[in-house]
Amino acid sequence: MPLTPVIAASGVRVTLGGSTILWDVDLTVGQSEVVALLGANGSGKSTLVRAVVGAVPLDRGRVELFGSPLGPQVPWERVGYVPQRVSAGGGVPATACEVVVSGTLHGRRVLPPRGARARARAALEQVGLGDRVDQPVREMSGGQQQRVLIARALVRRPDLLLLDEPVAGVDVASQRTFADVLTDLVDHGTTVLVVLHELGALAPLVQRAVVLRHGSVVHDGAPPAPAPEHAGPDHVHLHPHDGDEAGPAEAPGLSTTLGWER
Amino acid sequence: MSAWEELLGMLTDPLMQRALVAALLVGLAAPVIGTYLVQRKLSLLGDGIGHVALTGVALGWLVGNVMGLVPDDALAIPGAVVAALAGAVAIELVRERGRTSGDVALALLFYGGIAGGVLLISVAGGTNANLMGYLFGSISTVTSTDLGLTVVLSVLVLVVGVGLRTALFAVSHDEEFARAAGLPVRALNIAIAVIAALTVTVAMRVVGLLLVSALMIVPVAIAQLTTSSFRRTMATAMVIGVVVCTVGLSVTYWQDVPPGATIVVLAIGLYAVVSLGAAVRTRLRREHRDPHPQVPDDVELARRLT
Repeated sequence: MPLTPVIAASGVRVTLGGSTILWDVDLTVGQSEVVALLGANGSGKSTLVRAVVGAVPLDRGRVELFGSPLGPQVPWERVGYVPQRVSAGGGVPATACEVVVSGTLHGRRVLPPRGARARARAALEQVGLGDRVDQPVREMSGGQQQRVLIARALVRRPDLLLLDEPVAGVDVASQRTFADVLTDLVDHGTTVLVVLHELGALAPLVQRAVVLRHGSVVHDGAPPAPAPEHAGPDHVHLHPHDGDEAGPAEAPGLSTTLGWER
Repeated sequence: MSAWEELLGMLTDPLMQRALVAALLVGLAAPVIGTYLVQRKLSLLGDGIGHVALTGVALGWLVGNVMGLVPDDALAIPGAVVAALAGAVAIELVRERGRTSGDVALALLFYGGIAGGVLLISVAGGTNANLMGYLFGSISTVTSTDLGLTVVLSVLVLVVGVGLRTALFAVSHDEEFARAAGLPVRALNIAIAVIAALTVTVAMRVVGLLLVSALMIVPVAIAQLTTSSFRRTMATAMVIGVVVCTVGLSVTYWQDVPPGATIVVLAIGLYAVVSLGAAVRTRLRREHRDPHPQVPDDVELARRLT
């Protein structure tokens, strides 16, 4: 492993809306590593990824990406972030291409580069949406919208990819495309930090797992076996999408995993 | 006189020429910022800024009075520009701190702006009637100086709003992603607030502060009934803005009606017609189109249902 890790987070504490979501979390990801961030709903997985990319302010601690502290010095063109799918309602319509072109901007680059549309088209083809370049995003299925967001991160050809629950509530075809795309990227040496509810189809790729519980790291090492009630192959998950990790308050029956066994 | 001569008469009237140029620029610039405001669901921001600008008008009037300037409203427009800029940046900073309090902050600005304006104008020795021209527009009194200022500010709005459209789209579409891309999110947000403020002061003379927001929002609302991309929505909205502004103003050359209100009523009427047309088109298409996305089944079916 080279000397500078791709992600070096130490003592990260994040407080949102008055409640502390992360308690002094340390996380190091080396080059070309594929790390899964696991934990129950509300354990702080998403918040940790958002803190790592600077989308939420740190109360305490320090995050370095490629050896540079968060800020203008970070080589942002090497970082690709895929947030949890945002509901596409309201506002002005936007096509898949327009959303992906916005991913060509980073750091101090506020004008799209030459050939941005062609690159956006290529990124959409990469995620299997080459025939939907000019379709409005709001008319797409959830899985397709998620793939547009992945293309938006891929369009700048990142060396580090951070994904927040990329397969939650996504149709099987999109999940399969996603696993293929990710395998290809990992083969080419892309570093990946992925928030997952369960390893699922990505299990063969994941080299290391970090498990969060109540905002602290409780495991960092080999991917753990799933909890017994989650282990059955027929186990089906329904994930409430909005409100996931919105706060520590657990609405019973809502944020817990709804599953049924047959 | 023939219709052609009538039209020629209007176009050669210097007063009307100035008014038409101002209306054209406002119709072009207002929907640009409106597109971003609709995108980020801040349609009422223009109204908030407009109310604050009224206090600026009165403040400029007061300062002009104290300095003994002639005419006493010489500083009204600069006052409006300053107040609108300060108000817009303040709203943006409040919004950034927490989304929940933004709504209340906007409401406070609305009432504070109007009350402050009325209070200050009376201190300055003016009457509410003096404020009417700013509240409802007074395009017929546009001077060459006003026009010069309108041109400069509109060009600024267009250059920033159209030139930086990818970055402004990125930050309006998904602020969290923009932050995670290291984009200067605060600077871009403030840029949107500043061009909104400039647009308000530019449009103030044409439609008045109370109706400024309509010129920003209604063309966008009409455009997005028919378009499917951000870029085309903005372009269509600009065309609609120019058409309703110039047509509405031209009507007032022959009919003695207030231009600002005519323009806005025209725009709302166009919205009604287009939305009716869009509804009819959707109904006609419905039979042929399946709204469900074309995605394979998640489960194996023993027998395919067709």
